[in-house]
Amino acid sequence: MPSLLGAGLGLKPQHFDAALACRVEGLWLEVHPENYMVEGGPRLRRLDAVRAVHPLSLHGVSLSLAGSAPPDEAHLRRFAALVERLQPARVSEHLAWTAWNGLHLPDLLPFPRTTEALRRIADHIDRTQTVLGRAISIENPSHYLRLDAHAWDEIDFLAELVRRTGCGLLLDVNNVHVSAGNLGFCAETYLDRFPGAAVTEIHLAGHTLDPALGAALRIDSHDTPVAPEVWRLYRRVIGRIGARPTLIERDGDVPGFDVLLAEAAIAAGVLAAVDAAGMADMPEAVAS
Amino acid sequence: MSAAASPALAEFQAGFVRLLLAPDGAAPAGSGVPASLEALARQPAFAVHRNTVRKGCIDALEANHPAVVRLVGVPWFRAAAALHVANEPPRDGRLLGYGAGFADFLAGFEPAAALPYLSGVARLDRCWTESHVAADGDCLDGARLAGLAPEALGALRVVPHPAARWAWFDDLPIRSIWRRNRCDMADDRDDRDDRDGHDGGTELAWHGEGALLTRPVDTVTWHAIDRAEVAFLDACAAGGSLAEAARAAARARCDVDLTMLFAQLLQAGALACHDSGSAFT
Repeated sequence: MPSLLGAGLGLKPQHFDAALACRVEGLWLEVHPENYMVEGGPRLRRLDAVRAVHPLSLHGVSLSLAGSAPPDEAHLRRFAALVERLQPARVSEHLAWTAWNGLHLPDLLPFPRTTEALRRIADHIDRTQTVLGRAISIENPSHYLRLDAHAWDEIDFLAELVRRTGCGLLLDVNNVHVSAGNLGFCAETYLDRFPGAAVTEIHLAGHTLDPALGAALRIDSHDTPVAPEVWRLYRRVIGRIGARPTLIERDGDVPGFDVLLAEAAIAAGVLAAVDAAGMADMPEAVAS
Repeated sequence: MSAAASPALAEFQAGFVRLLLAPDGAAPAGSGVPASLEALARQPAFAVHRNTVRKGCIDALEANHPAVVRLVGVPWFRAAAALHVANEPPRDGRLLGYGAGFADFLAGFEPAAALPYLSGVARLDRCWTESHVAADGDCLDGARLAGLAPEALGALRVVPHPAARWAWFDDLPIRSIWRRNRCDMADDRDDRDDRDGHDGGTELAWHGEGALLTRPVDTVTWHAIDRAEVAFLDACAAGGSLAEAARAAARARCDVDLTMLFAQLLQAGALACHDSGSAFT
């Protein structure tokens, strides 16, 4: 049976009315749960209304799974309450940290992929999945810094997290393109090795080049359309692993909803083509 | 590459944060940041993380204080916000709630000394956000009180509605200034500014004002209130009975019309039967 989730969009507040009126087949919408962890008011009611029309995904940005400390229990309880309320089709977080010693740093920060980090992150994913009562998917990060303390290759690290926790993976193809340029690895090789059976969701977004350093520093800025090179990588991934729910993220210089829908339609076309080629029976996820 | 040489995750994070928040990108002398991390911060790309963190915090303060931004302009606001971020970085992933200390920061901010109303305007921006995200709750229905004997009514304890926020400002027409600089505000249909002439005309009357923000359902609405209403709401919030709140209001303004005061607070949706707690707990 084909997935109900086709090509989706990150949902911005200015697009609520357009999203409510939209009936594009396969459209699904993603929000950061942090923006809806409120006690009441119109935000939650607006999201409830969207949820009544479209499948929803909660994409967390502040669980700090790759920190030394476990996820904040109060934050986890609020997250669980949203999951219970909205019954989202997908729940995801990042292979990164954002919290330190009571501070919240609004970025997805890097860490050395050591065996200690692997053990801690697996524990944190396990705790999260226990509290939420469901599997989550972990997103590969954008890299800017060369860390010489990595003991694990990123794909082996992600695969081991899947094996230990039963989590799924969120493959951000733009992040791979950005990281490949910044760290000097081959994006195609990385994508060809990525554990396809664990991929529950794909992200696409635009990036920019650093004003001073140019192509030597790609920035995962989410403020432009998806780049042709990233579309090419996306087609390669889908051709290998089959159709997966695919989401366009746009957080800066946000155009009208119809412009974003047109971009999502490109992804929908790629998914339809691979479905037509008979690859629709690929397993959707390893997570239970 | 040697994993054995790598600092433990906690040590890595501690050093990384010191470098991330250091104003010039270098760790303060004697801070114990490992040399391997110092080298990391010298990579040009480290600036991406520093800029992303800083921008995320400043963007949040800007989004949460639209009236302050409108008064001072974006460049001034972002320069001031950057200093506040350095003093008080966020402590919660919900950036909608970031900036609880921003009004106090502005009150002591030397370059804002010529704008004595700025801190109060920031407080009302904060009140708006708190009201917007507060718990939902039923407003107290005056009809339910109609049958009560005077003694029972006086002993009754009512609480402010969970989405009600109010403030009194001595000396300065903060509410009027704030209102003129919030383009997203719904107007109070029974606005009594026509009565006292604060907002209706083009001239500001430079004396103290009170503001009440309520959100009976979805839309945050503002109301002009005086010292008596502020005292009444303060007494209700402190758990006082209606009689105690009425005495507090009369102490604040000896000629107060308590019947009208109570009716207006009921109509604004400022009162409820049960306290539902803070919006950011």
